[in-house]
Amino acid sequence: MSAPFLLVAAAWEAVAIAGIFPAKLFPSLETVFTTLAELSLDGILWAHAAGTLARLALGFLLAVGVGVVAGILMGRFQVVEDLFLPAVSFAYPIPGLAYAPLFVLWFGLGDLPAVLLVGAASCFVVIINAWKGVKAVRPLWLRAAEVMGANERQMFWKVIMPAALPYILTGLRLGLAQAWRILVVVEMLTAVEHGLGWMIFGAREFLNTDVMLSGVMVIGVVGLVLEKQVFERVERYTVVRWGMLTA
Amino acid sequence: MAQSIEARNISFQYDTAAGPVLAVKEASFSVAPAEFLCVLGPSGCGKTTILNMLAGFLTPTGGEILMDGNPVTAREHNRGVVFQDFAQLFPWRTARQNVEFGLEMRGVSREARRETARQFLKLVKLEKFADAYPHQLSGGMQQRIAIARALAYNPGVLLMDEPFAALDAMTRDEMQKQLTEVWQETRKTIVYITHNVAEAVYLADQILVMAPHPGTIRARIPLALPRPRDPLSANFVEMQRQVLANLTH
Repeated sequence: MSAPFLLVAAAWEAVAIAGIFPAKLFPSLETVFTTLAELSLDGILWAHAAGTLARLALGFLLAVGVGVVAGILMGRFQVVEDLFLPAVSFAYPIPGLAYAPLFVLWFGLGDLPAVLLVGAASCFVVIINAWKGVKAVRPLWLRAAEVMGANERQMFWKVIMPAALPYILTGLRLGLAQAWRILVVVEMLTAVEHGLGWMIFGAREFLNTDVMLSGVMVIGVVGLVLEKQVFERVERYTVVRWGMLTA
Repeated sequence: MAQSIEARNISFQYDTAAGPVLAVKEASFSVAPAEFLCVLGPSGCGKTTILNMLAGFLTPTGGEILMDGNPVTAREHNRGVVFQDFAQLFPWRTARQNVEFGLEMRGVSREARRETARQFLKLVKLEKFADAYPHQLSGGMQQRIAIARALAYNPGVLLMDEPFAALDAMTRDEMQKQLTEVWQETRKTIVYITHNVAEAVYLADQILVMAPHPGTIRARIPLALPRPRDPLSANFVEMQRQVLANLTH
């Protein structure tokens, strides 16, 4: 787990010490970690990280709420699928960045366009996976539940939801990665007050590459923690335990 | 509690791209309460179609089915069904939770559910595996859980569609023995679909022999062999020969 990190770190140090680039543009790891420590002691880093995480949470929740509901309705009702699938299929492959400037024009600068854009950009992959998950529920389970007397509501909560969960979780995981990517860029565009993207973008003005690299590292660490601590845990507790997915 | 079944001239016609296909043609039979009926025939003879009509998954395109004298409708839930596929259990529920499913749908209280599930797991000798998930159990165990699940909400009729066909021969023999015990204890009316002559002779009070294209009932054979039946006894072998003669004739 840590071997590849050490390898990359060693290579980085070698390049930094060799002086191929000016030290200002390619700082040594020591400089980066010193800056990282200073920034976190100042509290500046936390303020930026907190701003970013709050926008991530809001935007992603928006995507999950809209995406899971829309996806399940599409999977469950042919009418809804016929109505929405063409639009979803069209919007899904468009990078969120392509319409980011529009959101800035419509909603101004600051938090609102950032949150909405994160929600918009990450909801399609959630929709597609929830929809596929419902479609992939084994007809045998529906039959068994039907003959045992499940009504529509019970069928939904006790059969369709757990049966579609492996797909839904995959959608959430991809959606969060999407949200994370778009958010950092959007912060650069919309000039939010605090945000890691903004911190990186602002530092560029003063050639503070050590600050920029600190921001990149924090982004990487947060992403890793979300993946390992949140998604892997949820999966282990549900679909892996049920034998519906191998760990 | 066990119900009688009467099928009067039931037919079922599928509409396919190549035109209508008659899967079952004017089949009539009756099953007494607590009787064990085996429907025996080669693949494609319409035996599963008959089961699906009894289960209410399909509506006969001709004729009618009565259970305890009342016409069968899709929206009543007085039947238990066990399918051939092991994957019929819900993987996200433990063995016990699977067995509780039908009771849960009926709003039975948690304690009562638990107690009933315990009884039925005991009936299929799996009370020790109550908290295991289906993927942790062997195929034979999963099918026994499926039987417990289909019986737990006390349906009048148990319908079984080749439930042991995918098991190895040794496990299958054991399962047939256990099923006979479960049936003798619960006194359910059972309709059991199979293509295995020895299995039908081992289990049934009455065998319906079916022929394909279109699916028709070729013979109705009552069995009076005493239980427990010994598959190696002369009577048993003679009975098998008799059934086989009807099948290949």
